[in-house]
Amino acid sequence: MPVDIEATVIANERLSSDYSVLSLRAPEVGRRTQPGQFIMVKPVGVTDPLLRRPFSVFEVLRDATGNIAGISLLNKRAGRSTRKLYELEPGDVVSCLGPLGVPFKPVQAPVEAWMVAGGVGLAPFATLAETLSALGTPATLFYGARTAGELFYLEFFERRGITLALTTEDGGRPSGRPCVKGLVTVPLEAALQSAGPAGAMVYACGPEPMLEAVAGLAARYHQPSQVSVERVMGCGLGGCYSCVVPVKHGDEHANLVRSCISGPVFDGAELVWPSTSSGQGTP
Amino acid sequence: MTPDLSVKLGALTLPNPLIAASGCFGYGLEYEQVVDLSSLGGIVSKGLFMKERQGHPPPRIVETPAGMINAIGLQGIGVHRFVNEKLPLLRRAGARTFVNVCGTTLDEYVEVCKVLSDAEGVAAIELNISCPNIKEGGIQFGCSLDGTYHVVSAVKKATHLPVIPKLTPNVTDVASFARAAEDAGADAISLVNTFLAMAIDVETRRPRITNVLGGLSGPAIRPIAVRMVWECYQLVKIPIIGMGGITDARDAIEFMLAGAAAVQIGTQNFVDPFIWSKVIDGMQDYMKRHNVARISELVGTFDPAPPRAVHA
Repeated sequence: MPVDIEATVIANERLSSDYSVLSLRAPEVGRRTQPGQFIMVKPVGVTDPLLRRPFSVFEVLRDATGNIAGISLLNKRAGRSTRKLYELEPGDVVSCLGPLGVPFKPVQAPVEAWMVAGGVGLAPFATLAETLSALGTPATLFYGARTAGELFYLEFFERRGITLALTTEDGGRPSGRPCVKGLVTVPLEAALQSAGPAGAMVYACGPEPMLEAVAGLAARYHQPSQVSVERVMGCGLGGCYSCVVPVKHGDEHANLVRSCISGPVFDGAELVWPSTSSGQGTP
Repeated sequence: MTPDLSVKLGALTLPNPLIAASGCFGYGLEYEQVVDLSSLGGIVSKGLFMKERQGHPPPRIVETPAGMINAIGLQGIGVHRFVNEKLPLLRRAGARTFVNVCGTTLDEYVEVCKVLSDAEGVAAIELNISCPNIKEGGIQFGCSLDGTYHVVSAVKKATHLPVIPKLTPNVTDVASFARAAEDAGADAISLVNTFLAMAIDVETRRPRITNVLGGLSGPAIRPIAVRMVWECYQLVKIPIIGMGGITDARDAIEFMLAGAAAVQIGTQNFVDPFIWSKVIDGMQDYMKRHNVARISELVGTFDPAPPRAVHA
């Protein structure tokens, strides 16, 4: 059950001129959050923009004694709302509704977990990595960004025993780590070609073309996938029907379903992509 | 003494004047996890046709200053699935369920209303003759005085349920449509639906939503909606359900002063799904401060005398 709280900003760490990690005192949300779930946020008292924005919960934050103290968001400055969030300072207050939506289903050994993140699509994988680490599931993060300066939180994942497979579009390399020039699908496909007999669950979050490519690759190599989609969302609770995506079960025709309550995590094999859906659905 | 928030809409009595607006509350059940549905005056379902509809391709909404434009396209499960799958659960939840009825033809309106008449747990029919987002049906009735009269008359003959046409603001004189609805036997009217609007992405020169045109809602439209409620209140005797950009108790009371017997909240429920108890608290506070025992006493008590400063 979601809660709505006015969460105080604990910190807003600017990772770059576009990205920040916004830490919020929201223990009630943190305690309920499962990997892949999201919250609806907006600064308190602001009527323009009017609507909240959906964000994956990035980290579940703990205090020195290990108690859950809040959550963080990975924010990328893109529009008016995200600009406002980027500019928030400690002590500011944010309306925080959640957690919402269908979480990732974690897998266990011998099945491997392959997380595929593009840019700000890293967001849902910090909590998933923690869960996988606790389960002892062998896990790899395939993580692509435009530049090396936009590959964040690498140590966070390394500390949790996650193998990194990094790519940058400009060929830049983060210090001391191997990194391939190109798209994140390149190392993913290589891994899929040599997948072990137990197989892997492919988790993906990122730009739409990446999600389509990843779901397509997973299907081609007969591995299951769970894909987290991002849509313009009005309410997060199923009220407005703005966040629909075309979903197809078996041989049925595609139905537009609400990504807020039936997602944001979907079986990659059931999503219908723009190139195959004759314009029905995604922008 | 606790202020009395109950209101009458013709034969219906509601425990308070707050109703969740159609298209902003799913089928109601989506919100059970955040609000006790029986604590609302009522809920209005998403618009229903005889058959299921997929609606428009996304993007379906865009934010605008103090508002939003939507063109969902009345995606819905159709009246039969609603009656079989949703209504029993709404009844169990204690919701007073108003069903928003759509039609592409006059016959379809009548048919949907007949299905609902045979179902158990429908409080009233809100007749959607005002959705700006679909080409066929609906608003063609709501934009013509004759069309409004005919569809309301036909539906009234087909059902024993209270019939509440929802009027469009996209006409020159909304009060004349209220009058046409009243003449045709409407039990109440609700207004306003959204204002036809559009937004352009200046970088791409493309529309911001796939349907190009959509309906504007939210605080941006509130002053126009209040004016329209006031105009209708002066012309008709049937109860008015007012709506348009209500965000708090003061906004709700403004509509009631202008003549609304009850109000609907739509867009603000997206912003704050916990709004309902806050508005009720705010109304009770207002009533205590103004020594109002029953909220219904406020209806239409707007005084058009010159403005004056408040001396607290």
